[in-house]
Amino acid sequence: MILTKAQYDEIAQCLVSVPPTRQSLRKLKQTFPSQSQATLLSIFSQEYQKHIKRTHAKHHTSEAIETYYQRYLNGVGRNGSAPVLLELANEVDYAPSLMARIILERFLQDHEETPPSKSVINSMLRDPSQIPDGVLANQVYQCIVNDCCYGPLVDCIKHAIGHEHEVLLRDLLLEKNLSFLDEDQLRAKGYDKTPDFILQVPVVMLCSLAVEGHIIHWIESKASFGDECSHHAYLHDQFWSYWNRFGPGLVIYWYGFIQELDCNRERGILLKACFPTDIVTLCHSIA
Amino acid sequence: MAAVLESLLREEVSVAAAVRWIARSAQSSEDDPGEAAALRSLRPLRKEFVPFLLNFLREQSSRVLPQGPPTPAKAPGSSAALPGRPGGPSRGGRGARSQLFPPAEPSSAAAAEAPPARRGGRRRGPGPGRERGGRGPGGLEEGVGGESPPWAAGRRRRSSGSPGSPGRARSDPPNLSNLEEFPPVGSLPPGPAGTKPSRRINPTPVSEERSLSKPKTCFTSPPISCVPSSQPSVPDTSPWGHGLPPGCRSLQEEREMLRKERSKHLQQSPTPACPTSESGSPLPSRTGNLTAEAADPARVSSRQRLELIALIYSSCIAENLVPNLFLELFFILQLLTARRMVAAKDSDLEPTPGAPDSLESPLFQSVHDCVFFAVQVLEHQFDKGTLKLLAENERLLCFSPALQGRLKAAYEGSVAKVSLAMPPSAQAVSFQPETDNRANFSSDRAFHTFKKQRDVFFEVLREWEDRHEEPGWDFEKGLGSRIRAMMGQLSAACSHSHFVRLFQKQLLQMCQSPGGTGGTVLGEAPDVLNMLGADKLGRLRRLQERLVAPQSSGGPCPPPTFPGCQGFFRDFILSASSFQFNQHLMDSLSLKIRELNSLALPQPEPSDEDGESDVDWQGERRQFAVVLLSLRLLAKFLGFVAFLPYRGPEPPPTRELQDSILALRSQVPPALDVRALLQQGLRARRAVLTVPWLVEFLSLADHIVPLLDYYRSIFVVLLHLHRSLVLSKESEGEMCFLNKLLLLAVLGWLFQIPTVPEDLFFLEEGQLDAFEVDTVPSEHGLDGMPVVDQHLLYTCCPYIGELRKLLASWVSGSSGRSGGFVRKITPTTTTTGLGAQPPHTTQGLQAQLAQAFFHNQPPSLRRTVEFVAERIGSNCVKHIKATLVADLVHQAESLLREQLVMQGQDGGDPAQLLEILCSQLCPHGAQALTRGREFCQKKSPGAVRALLPEETPAAVLSSAENIAVGLATEKACAWLSANITALIRREVKAAVSRTLRAQGPEPAARGERRGCSRACEHHAPLPSHLISEIKDVLSLAVGPRDPEEGISLDHLEQLLGQLGQTLQCRQFLCPPAEQHLAKCSVDLASLLVADQIPVLGPPAPRGLERGQARRLLHLLLSLWKDGFQVPVPLQLLLSPRNVGLLADTRPREWDLLLFLLRELVEKGLMGRPEIEACLGSLRDAQWPKDFSEELATLFNLFLAEPPMPEPQLRACELVQTNRGTVLAQS
Repeated sequence: MILTKAQYDEIAQCLVSVPPTRQSLRKLKQTFPSQSQATLLSIFSQEYQKHIKRTHAKHHTSEAIETYYQRYLNGVGRNGSAPVLLELANEVDYAPSLMARIILERFLQDHEETPPSKSVINSMLRDPSQIPDGVLANQVYQCIVNDCCYGPLVDCIKHAIGHEHEVLLRDLLLEKNLSFLDEDQLRAKGYDKTPDFILQVPVVMLCSLAVEGHIIHWIESKASFGDECSHHAYLHDQFWSYWNRFGPGLVIYWYGFIQELDCNRERGILLKACFPTDIVTLCHSIA
Repeated sequence: MAAVLESLLREEVSVAAAVRWIARSAQSSEDDPGEAAALRSLRPLRKEFVPFLLNFLREQSSRVLPQGPPTPAKAPGSSAALPGRPGGPSRGGRGARSQLFPPAEPSSAAAAEAPPARRGGRRRGPGPGRERGGRGPGGLEEGVGGESPPWAAGRRRRSSGSPGSPGRARSDPPNLSNLEEFPPVGSLPPGPAGTKPSRRINPTPVSEERSLSKPKTCFTSPPISCVPSSQPSVPDTSPWGHGLPPGCRSLQEEREMLRKERSKHLQQSPTPACPTSESGSPLPSRTGNLTAEAADPARVSSRQRLELIALIYSSCIAENLVPNLFLELFFILQLLTARRMVAAKDSDLEPTPGAPDSLESPLFQSVHDCVFFAVQVLEHQFDKGTLKLLAENERLLCFSPALQGRLKAAYEGSVAKVSLAMPPSAQAVSFQPETDNRANFSSDRAFHTFKKQRDVFFEVLREWEDRHEEPGWDFEKGLGSRIRAMMGQLSAACSHSHFVRLFQKQLLQMCQSPGGTGGTVLGEAPDVLNMLGADKLGRLRRLQERLVAPQSSGGPCPPPTFPGCQGFFRDFILSASSFQFNQHLMDSLSLKIRELNSLALPQPEPSDEDGESDVDWQGERRQFAVVLLSLRLLAKFLGFVAFLPYRGPEPPPTRELQDSILALRSQVPPALDVRALLQQGLRARRAVLTVPWLVEFLSLADHIVPLLDYYRSIFVVLLHLHRSLVLSKESEGEMCFLNKLLLLAVLGWLFQIPTVPEDLFFLEEGQLDAFEVDTVPSEHGLDGMPVVDQHLLYTCCPYIGELRKLLASWVSGSSGRSGGFVRKITPTTTTTGLGAQPPHTTQGLQAQLAQAFFHNQPPSLRRTVEFVAERIGSNCVKHIKATLVADLVHQAESLLREQLVMQGQDGGDPAQLLEILCSQLCPHGAQALTRGREFCQKKSPGAVRALLPEETPAAVLSSAENIAVGLATEKACAWLSANITALIRREVKAAVSRTLRAQGPEPAARGERRGCSRACEHHAPLPSHLISEIKDVLSLAVGPRDPEEGISLDHLEQLLGQLGQTLQCRQFLCPPAEQHLAKCSVDLASLLVADQIPVLGPPAPRGLERGQARRLLHLLLSLWKDGFQVPVPLQLLLSPRNVGLLADTRPREWDLLLFLLRELVEKGLMGRPEIEACLGSLRDAQWPKDFSEELATLFNLFLAEPPMPEPQLRACELVQTNRGTVLAQS
């Protein structure tokens, strides 16, 4: 699912100020029926995260927190079983899980002597049963299961997707008889930067329409859509670091990427949306 | 000095005698007594003759070689006085501008004797003057420290408007600070052949300062700032064109005498004879828009004089009496390719009937003269055979490298391997765990800092690659602060050494690749070749542009530069401006230089037949080239860093200052003992390897360096070497031709570097004599082997290409022939002296025997054995690590676990534990040596056998095997005995901390995990998909939802079925995902129990039927029992929140909960007490009153109910009967 910048922009345009709910996703799928759902979800998630990063600060001023908390208290005071917190989040255009966190923190400040630690908060978000207030527990739980961009469940899904694609890639490598070192092995050897796989014997990936291929020393699997923002972050934190140590390599964005980002091929970073089929391996026997 | 020339012209002295006289201090028996007498009297002037001759030729040619568009307003109406024309306008320094060398000032003693000597009448025995050349400050003072403008290119053009007789048409002293007139290198105005190499040295008035070896900003120096702001313009009427200080009596006198002589000897008129025109002798066609005057042999004037001077000039070249061979060749080629005279005004040219062959009249009066002279010089080389080789080679240089390179490329292309076909633009230094992992750093922090630094370094490098060619981009502005910030973090010394290693490796990697050095020959050669064959105007124009555009090599004698990627590394060093970094870098560079310099390089195998050895030889020559180029690069940077603190644009201004600086500097030990390395190199006959890098090193020295005793002695040795490399001598044991040529080229280049005092070259012979002793070593080294090829020569000395460019500009269109022929180079070595090579390891008799064994075997055998020993030894250590040490680590782990069980979870102090373990395990390390020996014994012979040719005699083979075993064992055991204990300690320590860490979190997760069955094809749904689906169900159940939203029962059942498959397959399942799935399943169960799941169905979403709910709960129960491998948080079923879900339902249903609880107990998923505890704590929560009551009833029911064989039915019935009103809702 390689999109041009223009295609991508068209999708991103539709995502402005859309709450991260399952209803929004449904609508998005209807708008772009030709795109894969996973790609759409990935783009949606990334766009929403960008949006949250931009607006994060304004929701964390003490005034904002106080306002939200009072509105929450008033809301549950009227009806504890109504989706007070979720509606509040949607109304102020903030992620429900993050709103739940704000209110939970504020609530604990009122009810505990010491300010709650991050790990306590995280643990309560993972398992709202631990929240001392039953009503708040339900409200928080509702926020978390209804948030498709943030929250412990979403984090877990993302992690799982990443893991699954690594396993997938490993299988493909095994199938092709390419020997490799995986991240764990590399870490055990003391490598300071570890791509998902380092090929013990480099291969050449041929690109369609190009006469020459690209030498690949390492492969990184990314179970997400490669947009500008995330790609540049990855380049800086990972891909160039890999290049600096191991030479040219391949990045697979399983959910596609913006075509224009694949501009470092000659420099040694090749982008693909799937495992390439045209691979040339080193021949050991010279007849 | 002129007297010598005069006497030659008068044929009083034969050329041969004169050359002998110049070259050697000792009198030759061949000399005619009369000649000898004549010359001996001129002794003191001897060392001044060559500079005089060269300056003379430059001066003469400058008058007749104006080319290109006349530069306006340069010297309008300027008319130089003809030599000896009294009353001629003062010529000032003008003439001097075209001089290559300063007129040497005779010492007072010599000067006193000089005048009579000129007449050749007085014999002078070896007197004090002879010894005058002894080393010491006096020796230096002999020369004139002249100043010269950076580049004399504009010179000839300048003499515009006076065609025919440019020689007499100048008077204005030149303004040397005029950039138009004396443009710096690279800013040449258009015009072919505009670059005339000449080291123009202006005389400086003799004064106290004279001995200071003033800065000379010869044409090789690029920066404009180096141009002396003022030029001493002393009025001068010297016939030789060099300004002389007024007080210089001896030469003035000499001139007077000459004038008298001249009047006596009237010259015959030129005898036109057809000169044996060479193929290269130009009958030029037009090239581009420049028409070249046709050179006509018949129109040569003063032929005899030209012949004589050509003879002596070429003899000087052949004897290496000129400092830079290629500069002279360039000069000759310039004469040869001279296009046109400046429109000569014949009227201006004073007819010289009186003395046409005297030195008074211009030597070159026309293009014909120039060409005649050039051809003569070239021809002499042929005739004498001295430079036959050179001439051949010179054509080769000019034409065939391109062709050769092309053929070679085509040839290689056909067999090219994939990896060679497409080298990436720049490869990064690879990460090597052995040197780069955490164990190599003092702390985690240092490790991570270096990790970041590596990335910053390459980021900076990439940015440089992208931007350094952008106009206006500045290294320091763009990257300086980032580099310094990075360097600032390198606090620990160990980090510095890591970084330096990275830096140096990257330097070698980038700057050795073809693109790295910038302007390589192979890259541009095909281009030139294309141009040569065609006469298309466009191509010619391109060629012209190429010729006049600033060249990367900057003329035939460019200053040291950092082309291409080297610029990055230089600028990095400058921007980093870190003392620590520089020091570490110098250490590292020195070490690497020593290592490479002493590398055992291949020796040709004399016994091998041609065909076979060619293959090897190619590879070996390539290896030599790689080593040589690496060394040059490293040495250049070492020189750069080492002399960096002392570098400045100007030398010290006064003698006092210089003395004090000298006193200080002479105490500083050299960064690398290059003198010792040079001496070693000469002794081992490896000059061809050592000298080129030494030259690179010295080329970056500052002005003071050549004055320091240490370095001065090096220069003396190099000078002697230069003198000894006579190209025509090629006898057994001599250095190979191209090797010599390389050395001549690099040394000649070095002698032209601005910081090298120009007088250095013309040292007194006393020092030269001493040299012969040093160069008599008999054994053969690299020098005698044809290790240098054309390509390497060009790569090392791109400025030689200037010759080719010069010719290319001329020959374009007319040269269809490939020209030249490749000199066949055959190895001359026959034997290798054993004794001369001291054994590397003096391990007694055995070692010596081994050496002797190798002596008579092909060198490849030795390399093979050494290689095998090296690798097996190293593998042996790894083997011990993987077997013995790994076993010990396992033991340590199990001991540790026992310890932990005994002492409880804490296990006690880790350090103490480690000590206990090590004391138990380290003694086992003693086994390492035995096992290591076994390993080497087992592995080495096979490897040797595999690598040696099959016809190797059995005895040789077994000896080789034994030696390999011995060497490998020696290497391995030496390492093991020194390091085994530390190694065990380190590994055990790592194991201990690993075990202790593992003790901490998630002990449950460490349980044995089942994988999926063998037959599994991994088609189960992905965990991420399932979590996502269940999450959707949960969100629907929890709401808010649209009225029509709901879940179909089928979907729910399908989902649980898929969950079962995924838990079976596990291929894609990771523990966090499984944990979340477990938790979600519990949440789902709670919602089922509370009847909160909206099921789709006609007519509208509703609750589940009880039977359906139980079926689903059954599915979940079996997944909890058999599917999940992580703990399922079943207690959450009884959490206040989940139980509270029931509170909202009206009417409340308790039977599903009771059913679930009983099933949990039944399936052994939860213990009764556990459930009771949960129920107990539920009562503590705050509930509505009625809910509390019902909860209490449930509790009582559960408690009252002992486990029954068929609990479900009865329980339900019980519930229904007992709590009928509340619970019986089915």
